[in-house]
Amino acid sequence: MAVVRSRIKTLKIDGQDVGAHEDETILEVARENGIMIPTLCQLDGLSLVGACRLCLVEVVGWRNLVPACTTYVEEGMEVITNSERLQKYRRMIIELLFAEGNHVCAVCVSNGNCELQWKAQKLGMDHVRFTNQNPDRRVDMTHEHFVVDANRCILCTRCVRVCDEIEGAHTWDIFGRGENSTIISDFNLPWGESPTCSSCGKCVNVCPTGALVEKGKAAGEMIKRTEFLAYLTKMREVKK
Amino acid sequence: MTQQIVIDPVTRIEGHSKITIQLDDTGNVADARFHVTQYRGFEKICVGRPFYEMPALMGRICGICTISHMLASAQACEEVMSVRVMGTARRLREVVNYASLIQSHALSFFHLSSPDFLLGMDSDPAKRSIFGLMESNPEIARDGVRLRRFGQRIIELMAGKRIHPTWIVVGGVSERLSPETREEILGMIPEAYEILQRTLGWFKRTLEDYREEIRIFADFPSLFMGLVDEHDEKHEIYRGRIRIADVNGKVVAEFHRNRYQEFIGEAVEPWTYLKFPYYLPEGYPDGIYRVGPLARLNILDRLGTPMADQELVEFKDLNRLSSFHYHLARLIECLHAVERIEQYMADPAILGNRVRAVANANVDSGIGVTEAPRGTLIHHYTVDEQGLITGANLVVSTTHNNLAMNRGVLQTARRYVDGNKLTEGMLNRVEAVIRSFDPCLSCSTHAYDRLSLDVELRGPEGELLDEVLR
Ligand code: SF4
Ligand code: SF4
Ligand code: FES
Repeated sequence: MAVVRSRIKTLKIDGQDVGAHEDETILEVARENGIMIPTLCQLDGLSLVGACRLCLVEVVGWRNLVPACTTYVEEGMEVITNSERLQKYRRMIIELLFAEGNHVCAVCVSNGNCELQWKAQKLGMDHVRFTNQNPDRRVDMTHEHFVVDANRCILCTRCVRVCDEIEGAHTWDIFGRGENSTIISDFNLPWGESPTCSSCGKCVNVCPTGALVEKGKAAGEMIKRTEFLAYLTKMREVKK
Repeated sequence: MTQQIVIDPVTRIEGHSKITIQLDDTGNVADARFHVTQYRGFEKICVGRPFYEMPALMGRICGICTISHMLASAQACEEVMSVRVMGTARRLREVVNYASLIQSHALSFFHLSSPDFLLGMDSDPAKRSIFGLMESNPEIARDGVRLRRFGQRIIELMAGKRIHPTWIVVGGVSERLSPETREEILGMIPEAYEILQRTLGWFKRTLEDYREEIRIFADFPSLFMGLVDEHDEKHEIYRGRIRIADVNGKVVAEFHRNRYQEFIGEAVEPWTYLKFPYYLPEGYPDGIYRVGPLARLNILDRLGTPMADQELVEFKDLNRLSSFHYHLARLIECLHAVERIEQYMADPAILGNRVRAVANANVDSGIGVTEAPRGTLIHHYTVDEQGLITGANLVVSTTHNNLAMNRGVLQTARRYVDGNKLTEGMLNRVEAVIRSFDPCLSCSTHAYDRLSLDVELRGPEGELLDEVLR
């Protein structure tokens, strides 16, 4: 018997006619068709949250910009992924992320291997127009192997999701509101005292910035490896 | 009526500063001060950061002596871990440290000071630069560029990036030396020797012409401070005991770095950001001492390498109290550094694999001391239980010389200031005294600016009589 998958929809992305399954997001369809939309919080293998808004796109006839990673395709949609307006907003989002935290790349362990920094370069950010907030957030070295520096966290929640959805430990959460939001381990315990953390290091590897890193790395030495996620997801699908 | 002269900014030094010259009722120089007008608080920035991030952060204090700051910082961190870097890693660090000494000394001697020697203290200031030198003495200018390049190339080859390398890490170095790099470095050594022999030759011959400057350029008794090898009576710039010796080279104190606060006090004056360290037992300001190349040669009888030791014998016959001899001391140290680099590179052990130790913070403070090109450099950190920095104290090379620089400026102003106008020859001599110490103000105040120094001449009531802004 033929497997019944979802229905097919047709739409336009950047003027190109494309076909897609109804359970696909704009981001997925765009990628299948070789159209690159910048993302930061989205990571294949984890659930979708639409936290960073970097993947915003225009849909003709819609008033608001929508995140491509969490918006599902609709019949007849006309999507624009790279207008001047979008570029302006994307650059602004990155600038705001830099201004909100404390990002001195030159002395950061993630320098040169940081998704935030790459995005800034790619989107042509040459300076930050907003006042640096210079926050004084938690730097916690209590864990035996890892360090959390909340000053470099962009609240993408990748760590929260990987820990909950893949490792099943649910050590991480976001605490507080607005500019006071910050990641915490368990009920705001020092990471080293976490009763749930299994020290697997998945959060460290999916973290796009220098916020979760291995201990003892010198500037520029921290290199993240996210390949495990695709592999684990694949193996789990096979098992199902 | 007392009057004041201000030289502002002093040119061809690293950083921003100002000189004021105060005249008394009779128009004679009553006082002269060297002010540093910038401040940048690295001691604050590092609080709350993991200790092992310090070398990269501290390396940013200065673009000229990055390596020295990184090494002092790394050693302080290794004290925190209770780890001692030995063997190959230590040798590799020593080699880049010597390379850094050479590039810095070459910059000071050739680019900043040699125009004074070769074009004359009274020559046109527009021409009195490395560019003027390229026209008048192209071979010498070329030697300067090549020697600096020698040091920079070694740093580049070994530490990756020339200005702010991250190869020096807490626990050792991040990568072993490749055989190709070793070959290239060994291949560059003969030219470095040639340049140094040539330069020592002409510079020693011109010393005669500078008899007057030698007498007036901060020529006064003071103590001298520097590191000596931990086990042997020889020159050491990487790590060692701190020695303080008197004008005759007699040792008055020798101590482990952890005791520096028992011997070195720091006074503060309201008119400058630069502190005034002094030898505690003698009090302030009598405990005046000098650091840097001249001091390092004055506290020892041998450097420990044959060619440099031969030069040292001659050097000991000179008037070693004059800061003018910082220049010759720089050349001798460069020669010594090339000899050491050659010696360490020739040893196959330099290619070893064991170059990095790993550990957590195990004690709550650490002190690291090295000899930067300009003198003794102390980094002192305290950490909390996790290893986050809770406090830092830096005693930087240039700062040690602050009392001596001020005294030197006064001595020179007394001799050359005449009336209430600033003349070029006088201005340049006052600046040249400062330059003989090769101060690095971005280091010493942890401030950051282009090279500059202003001079003010002030009357007895403090009124401005003349001023030069550069
Ligand atoms: S986390 Fe990334 S963007 Fe932030 S300081 Fe580090 S390298 Fe720069
Ligand atoms: S710690 Fe890293 S992964 Fe977690 S929310 Fe912050 S930036 Fe994202
Ligand atoms: S990638 Fe779509 S909102 Fe972050």
